[in-house]
Amino acid sequence: MASVRATPWKLLALVAGMFGFGFALVPLYGLLCDVTGLGGRTGGVYTYDPATVAIDDSRLVKVSFLTNTNDGMPWSFVAEVGALRVHPGELTQANFVVRNPTNKTMVAQAVPSLAPGTAAEYFHKTECFCFERQVLAPGEEMEMPMRFFVAPELPRSVESISLSYTLFDVTQLAADGLIASGA
Amino acid sequence: MNRNLLTRVLVGIVAAGSAIAAAADELNMRQGATAISHDVYGLHMFVLYICCVIGVVVFSAMGYSMYAHRRSLGAEPAQFHENTRLELLWTIIPLVILIWMAVPATTTLIKMYDTGGEDLLIEVRGYQWKWQYKYLDENHDNALSFFSSLSTSQDEIHGNVAKGEFYLLEVDNPLVIPTHKKVRFLITGNDVIHAFWVPDFGIKRDAVPGILNDVWAIVDEPGIYRGQCTELCGKDHGFMPIVVQAVEQSEFDTWYETKRVAYAEREKMASQTFTPDELMTLGEQVYAKTCVACHQVNGKGVPPVFPALDGSAVATGPRDEHIRRVYNGVSGTAMQAFGSQLNAAEIAAVVHYERHAWGNKADDVTQPVDVLNLVSAQ
Amino acid sequence: MSAVLEAHHDDHDHGPAKGITRWLFTTNHKDIGTLYLWFSFTMFLIGGCMALVIRAELFQPGLQFVDPAFFNQMTTNHGLIMVFGAIMPAMVGLANWLVPMMIGAPDMALPRLNNLSFWILPFAFSLLISTLFMEGGGPNFGWTFYAPLSTTYAPSTVTFFIFGVHMMGASSIMGSINIIATILNMRAPGMTLMKMPLFVWTWLITAYLLLAVMPVLAGVVTMMLFDVHFHTSFFNAAGGGDPVMFQHIFWFFGHPEVYIMILPAFGVVSQIIPTFARKPLFGYDSMVYAVASIAFLSFIVWAHHMFTVGMPLAGQLFFMYATMLIAVPTGVKVFNWVSTMWRGSMTFETPMLFSIAFVILFTIGGFSGLMLAMTPVDFQYQDTYFVVAHFHYVLVPGSLFGVIAAVYYWLPKWCGRMYDEAFGKLHFWLSFIGVNVTFFPQHFSGLAGMPRRVPDYALQFADFNMISSIGAYVFGFSQVLFLFIVIKTIRSGKPATARVWEGAHGLEWTVPSPAPYHTFTHPPVVTAAEAHS
Repeated sequence: MASVRATPWKLLALVAGMFGFGFALVPLYGLLCDVTGLGGRTGGVYTYDPATVAIDDSRLVKVSFLTNTNDGMPWSFVAEVGALRVHPGELTQANFVVRNPTNKTMVAQAVPSLAPGTAAEYFHKTECFCFERQVLAPGEEMEMPMRFFVAPELPRSVESISLSYTLFDVTQLAADGLIASGA
Repeated sequence: MNRNLLTRVLVGIVAAGSAIAAAADELNMRQGATAISHDVYGLHMFVLYICCVIGVVVFSAMGYSMYAHRRSLGAEPAQFHENTRLELLWTIIPLVILIWMAVPATTTLIKMYDTGGEDLLIEVRGYQWKWQYKYLDENHDNALSFFSSLSTSQDEIHGNVAKGEFYLLEVDNPLVIPTHKKVRFLITGNDVIHAFWVPDFGIKRDAVPGILNDVWAIVDEPGIYRGQCTELCGKDHGFMPIVVQAVEQSEFDTWYETKRVAYAEREKMASQTFTPDELMTLGEQVYAKTCVACHQVNGKGVPPVFPALDGSAVATGPRDEHIRRVYNGVSGTAMQAFGSQLNAAEIAAVVHYERHAWGNKADDVTQPVDVLNLVSAQ
Repeated sequence: MSAVLEAHHDDHDHGPAKGITRWLFTTNHKDIGTLYLWFSFTMFLIGGCMALVIRAELFQPGLQFVDPAFFNQMTTNHGLIMVFGAIMPAMVGLANWLVPMMIGAPDMALPRLNNLSFWILPFAFSLLISTLFMEGGGPNFGWTFYAPLSTTYAPSTVTFFIFGVHMMGASSIMGSINIIATILNMRAPGMTLMKMPLFVWTWLITAYLLLAVMPVLAGVVTMMLFDVHFHTSFFNAAGGGDPVMFQHIFWFFGHPEVYIMILPAFGVVSQIIPTFARKPLFGYDSMVYAVASIAFLSFIVWAHHMFTVGMPLAGQLFFMYATMLIAVPTGVKVFNWVSTMWRGSMTFETPMLFSIAFVILFTIGGFSGLMLAMTPVDFQYQDTYFVVAHFHYVLVPGSLFGVIAAVYYWLPKWCGRMYDEAFGKLHFWLSFIGVNVTFFPQHFSGLAGMPRRVPDYALQFADFNMISSIGAYVFGFSQVLFLFIVIKTIRSGKPATARVWEGAHGLEWTVPSPAPYHTFTHPPVVTAAEAHS
């Protein structure tokens, strides 16, 4: 009856493997999001090389900016302009203004999300405040730039893109050293 | 005579038919008010009929067998127990039916995922337990935003007075959209996950914090369309309806301009000074709309999650601390930061109200300027 | 029959211990099976009382009995207790009693582990239920516990909930290892895999499903624990996490979980229908393959629970097609059951009645499942009472009727006495009517637009909710009759024969009734009559 002893150990290995698989789903999911634009996640720092990007003058894509602060985040956060119309391939800058109205130094992290999700992989940022955390002293106000371009390969069916930034209070998380800056 | 009878029979059939159809309307999915919702309804009926036909075939076979192959009727059991051809047949036929169903479903889904431009962008943001609508109007710096919360009274909910026609499906500020225009809703959440659903538009999408989802609708018929939050979002999940009012473009323009100007006025209110009576009146309104769900009409709260205000240390203690709590919220509790939802005048009024309502008798007056001073001094 | 005589002979040597220690320290598969079944029945009554609180509040529009916060605790705990406390332990109890007897094994492969896997459960559920009496209340975020409602916004008792889930998971994993080890290693000579009764087959596949997904559930609650207490950001967007990821991981567990609850019931019905049709099961091989393909498909359809979360078009289409595909093997099973009945010689004792109701009502639940699979229409159904109607149709007249049918079918074998047929039929008809009156109207309130998990509703839903509540009370109280019938059988039922049912086949019917404390200490001879061939 040697196999009566062996089977449980093999099965236990399966259990351990599946427990690990559950955790492996976290990076796998992140990868999936980056590849497919799932959840409207936009990518990290992108280098703009004017030589390789052809500007598509034949169409204009509307890019609308949404600014929000999450529950419990007292900062004010606005986009300087509500929307821009850009030619695909054209490098453009949009400015955002944040202000910390509280009497303590706070750390914020902006989390981007883009709709429609299919456009996320064609939306490239060369510079963004969302690449790092923002630290503001009490009452401090700051203008934050975001430079981006829409890849000329963007499907013609996409005529309008909405980009939202949600500002989260990460003062505590940052103090605990538990977060890396987002992308 | 015969013809007369025939007419009567026909009239009877038509009457009965329409009565059944009317009843069926209440039992069935709504056809809705957009092209997409009609497609969805058609798809729903198509699948329902297929299921009914399969059901009738399978259940008749079972019923017949249960009737005819009973031992009490002397049935002798056959001993067959497989038939490859038959088994192959009832694998392939369902597969064909499924493909037949998948085709229109795919077409409709692709239509729903249209990414073309839109005439109006509205951000829809779910809060515990109300909706915020922001009109993304680039010409006015996205200046119009307002909250929309349940307007059904607590008395109706607790059965103290009769329930109105639109019980739980009515709000203080409905979302207003123009007819015949493509409106895109950008959906997101502020705290937990909610879901935005207007059945008549055939759209439902989750409102997830930090994530932007989009759906769109073109509504042709002016009217009032009602929906509800459809993702469990905490205590008052059942009490955050959605009301959308579709009006002609000209009417929409008038409404929008009035609302936008009023919104700007409201923002200006912050620099005014009020009498204590005005503060109490305004404060009571704000309290009824914003605070009552947790702290209750009588200010007694629902301890320990929602503490009492009546006689509480906060409402009878130092005023600045009271303002700060309302403005910044209390982290780690259900107390939200109302600084982003209420303007300075509203916060001042509600603080004044809480300090003078029920058994509370503070000897101070809270003005908008006090709130602003405190906020800038923070 | 020599095996029978010897088993009976052994009985004299090792009887059960006396008193409470018999149950605390038992390693006997029959005792442990009994413990599981009584435990699950207790949980069924507790979860049922919670359902009745829910239905009482929903009897009329307005808030009458409970406040919304408590209502949410009721819906959450009703779901958790029914899924993890009632249905799953009942299935494990049936497996404990029946698998060794069906394959001619003397006991489970790992008897002491068997004892442990049962005795964890009372502690797990005491922990869970005790949270209802703690400050802040018990879990109130739905049995699906979506983040961030279950993390950042959860009551402080969430930690107890997490540990409770860990314990239930550990119990299920140990139980499954035991069942697989028993089936793979302990079969009597001649009992090849393709001769095993279908109940054993469905449990073998279920046990593998459990091993594959319970660790994932353990993983996801562990991540919650870390987010709640150690400020990690698995599901917190602020720290780079994603609340939607919670749903993906949860449903990767959750969808196979649905089949974990229904597959053993498929097995039960596949044992009962041939007995009362007096005809072999139609398409045994295709039944096995159908169960295996359902199990496989269950791993690639999870996101159909989250069509509204905002996935790319390609994802929506993939999950829609994969989900629709499940209709094929499920259809094969239904057609095979009907063909088994066809040209049989049927009688309609209580187990058969419950099995036939299972086939009909589960099929109705399957139809609504097919409708829900269609993504564009699902947008209208999602999170409404239509979904509530759908999953109650597959779980109550599905899984639960499977368990009840099994109890009526094998109870004479377990306790050596026949239940009262008239009472059994009464129980059936009350349950059958109750279930349909409760859940059929919920299709209509869902289509009319009533969201699920709400303590109060608009006036147009009033009629259907009232009907539904009445049905729920009929169904609920008829289960008290079930308890009465079982106790009456144990105490004063007429003695049962070894075969019990005229058309029954299988090794368990070759031993006397009640089954001796130890059976098949020497492997039986597997004859063509007692095994599928």
